[in-house]
Amino acid sequence: MSQTANLEAHATGHDHAAHDHHTPTGWRRWVLSTNHKDIGIMYLVFSIIAGIIGGLLSGFMRMELQEPGIQIFHGLASMVYGISDPSGSIDAGKQMFNVFTTAHALIMVFFMVMPATMGGFANYFAPLMVGAPDTAFPRINNIAFWLLPVAFILLLMSLFFEGAPGSTGFGGGWTVYPPLSTVGHPGPAMDFAILSLHVAGVSSILGAINLITTILNMRAPGMTIHKMPLFAWSVLVTAFLLLLALPVLAGAITMLLTDRNFGTTFFAPEGGGDPVLFQHLFWFFGHPEVYIMILPGFGIVSHIVSTFSRKPIFGYMAMAYAMVAIGFVGFVVWAHHMYTTGLSLDVQRYFVAATMVIAVPTGVKIFSWIATMWGGSITFRLPMLWAIGFIFLFTVGGVTGVVLANAGADRALHDTYYVVAHFHYVLSLGAVFSIFAGWYYWYPKMFGYMYNEFLGKLHFWTMFVGVNLIFFPQHFLGLAGMPRRYIDYPDAFTLWNRVSSIGYYVTFVAMIIFFYATWEASRKKRPAGDNPWGDGATTLEWTLSSPPPFHQFSTLPKIDSTNAH
Amino acid sequence: MVTGQFVRKLGAAATAMLALMPAFASAQEIGKGHPEPGQFHLQQSVTPIMDSIVAFHDGPLMWTITLIVLFVLALLIVIVVRFNAKANPVPARFTHNTLIEIVWTVLPIVVLIIIAIPSFGVLSDQLTTPDGERKYLGANIFSFGEVEVPAASVTVKASGEQWYWNYEYVDEGVAFDSNILGAAVDSYVQTVKPNQPRLLAVDNELIVPVDTTVRMQVTSSPSGVIHAFAVPSFGIKIDAVPGRLNETWFNSRETGLFYGQCSELCGKDHAFMPIAVRVVTAEEYQAFITAFKESRDYASAVAVLPAIQ
Repeated sequence: MSQTANLEAHATGHDHAAHDHHTPTGWRRWVLSTNHKDIGIMYLVFSIIAGIIGGLLSGFMRMELQEPGIQIFHGLASMVYGISDPSGSIDAGKQMFNVFTTAHALIMVFFMVMPATMGGFANYFAPLMVGAPDTAFPRINNIAFWLLPVAFILLLMSLFFEGAPGSTGFGGGWTVYPPLSTVGHPGPAMDFAILSLHVAGVSSILGAINLITTILNMRAPGMTIHKMPLFAWSVLVTAFLLLLALPVLAGAITMLLTDRNFGTTFFAPEGGGDPVLFQHLFWFFGHPEVYIMILPGFGIVSHIVSTFSRKPIFGYMAMAYAMVAIGFVGFVVWAHHMYTTGLSLDVQRYFVAATMVIAVPTGVKIFSWIATMWGGSITFRLPMLWAIGFIFLFTVGGVTGVVLANAGADRALHDTYYVVAHFHYVLSLGAVFSIFAGWYYWYPKMFGYMYNEFLGKLHFWTMFVGVNLIFFPQHFLGLAGMPRRYIDYPDAFTLWNRVSSIGYYVTFVAMIIFFYATWEASRKKRPAGDNPWGDGATTLEWTLSSPPPFHQFSTLPKIDSTNAH
Repeated sequence: MVTGQFVRKLGAAATAMLALMPAFASAQEIGKGHPEPGQFHLQQSVTPIMDSIVAFHDGPLMWTITLIVLFVLALLIVIVVRFNAKANPVPARFTHNTLIEIVWTVLPIVVLIIIAIPSFGVLSDQLTTPDGERKYLGANIFSFGEVEVPAASVTVKASGEQWYWNYEYVDEGVAFDSNILGAAVDSYVQTVKPNQPRLLAVDNELIVPVDTTVRMQVTSSPSGVIHAFAVPSFGIKIDAVPGRLNETWFNSRETGLFYGQCSELCGKDHAFMPIAVRVVTAEEYQAFITAFKESRDYASAVAVLPAIQ
């Protein structure tokens, strides 16, 4: 239904409902919002802001690592803390580097990727795709969003409180392993980080409950679970992962909090505790977490591939249940992050076998996307470029995952730059490419305007070159043995570090192009029309106006067997 | 079409990068015990364990992942060339093909099983301390074990401190600390051992005999944090966890200096607590350990060894 039609229906509707249906304006529209689309936009804006901060932090690290020796962090530290003594500023700089790596990871995981996929796109498009007027719990949706800036402010505050003695911020890595996060950082910075994670976790759990309820209960008449679009499937699976994984993180960091402040010894050996117990709890959350970051991307890419191939998705059922399988197996492989902690031979054997199993459903997805394109009539519009880029780069990141799954090979690669390269290929080049794919795919729908195709393609190609320059050489560094989270490295590692840093600058230019393209699109206001992608775009959001009316589907759409997924 | 051209160029570049990696590896001159400038390969092996890691990585793993990436890339290129809107104006409508779905489920399982066979062998070798009877795979990872390794006869306990290592010869009752050479304000450029690399050189190397199985017990000070003891050319890496005594082992067939670095984030100076193992002949080791036990002073004991070139 178009916006005009909706307004007409509204004008002739019941009087008593009229005051409820006025579109709120000004700050009330956003701060008090219970509208899934407005909340989705706020999540996306939040994600972009967090992404800028997280991306700048990594810029400092790449500048530091461009040459051997300590280049900039002692200067940064002496600026921030006002230390004039050279050895004091170097010490503070070393710690600051660790604080930056930690903050970069936490921001990118909890405040950039998750808000973009499960906050922004899931909120905006999952209800549209299943034909629902809004989410099931609009007010929970509001609080879920507003908890996130609170969590982010707590995390940013932690940067300015004492962590390790004599320095500020928590520099123990996003994995917050004790005892470095307990006796290693006695100051309040770590407590702020824990509270930040708690609040972000509550936000995600609320969001997950809302999305699960919406998808399970509010599908339009005729849309059975097996006719549901794959993006809705991916959101459903991801929401269950959030619901099951985050409470474990909450438990673990609460135990950390009591170890720090109330004298418990869950993770302290002198009281009968065990630091490795924390690692088990953390990774029981942490491994599903990486699928939380990538699964919505799988859903987005599926729709884009199908739309621009003008062909239905190949193997719909296998695609849906491959995501369920990945989500399920994702819960029983956590200790492959812990091969060097001293796990017994049998335990390591089990985790090798279980981890390799994940390659099978992942392969099904890759091959099904290819089969969807096979025989298609493909137009290489911008979202399609991002999707194809995603498929290739995710494959590269996936196969190095198979290498690392083998505990025997991981012995050489654990905690080296090989791991850094691997997880950035699946996240920075996988999840982020899927986010940009979704951004450009749905940009005309969300804002009603068309972006500039040339600028968008320039953004894509610059970023493609940039991120590959950053992360491909890091495989070499890892193989040669360079450990991760190092502010300085033996001179032999200079070459590939320099290439990697140059890649960062290329990516930085790409991000400027992105912001310019977004600004340009908002200035030029080229009307996009209800469906700019043609007959390949079959999901329900394309039947609405661009942007969709404030309240859509006042008459629920009926799904028959011909227009499923 | 621009896209098609780029994907082809990209294909060429990726092919070159990925496919040449195993080939280059043998061509590249790799130093012993430390990384070389521009190195893109695992460090050179001097133990049966690292032999098997190198063989496993360069063999089944590298071939599998290279071929998979090239296969996916080839399919994408075919799609770009054959199924673009110009070349193929009318899209096909098929959505299922049970046979091919079974194939692309079963085939990866077979490939994974083929990888798993040597994987479990390599893993079992790493985690089984030699008893003198058990045979180890070495470079022949598809064998049932053909390398003989003697039972462990030297036991060293490494303890991670913030931020240096302490080594104890457990059976001899002597211990010493090992610190990075150089000072932070000089970017750790040091003149004490001018031929040793920056950030890897230490004041007191761990000294062990060649062709001898050394049992490494690894822990961390009870009130400290987690570190990880790693020597890439030995193929060992194990966490130093407070309250735990982890164990690994190595048997170096060559003398020389072998470096590693702390491999678990441990705070401010995580990058500045290197590991240096000096492998000497059995006679030299005996002379050193005798002198060390007598004097209890590492510096005077190490003086009995020939100077490092």
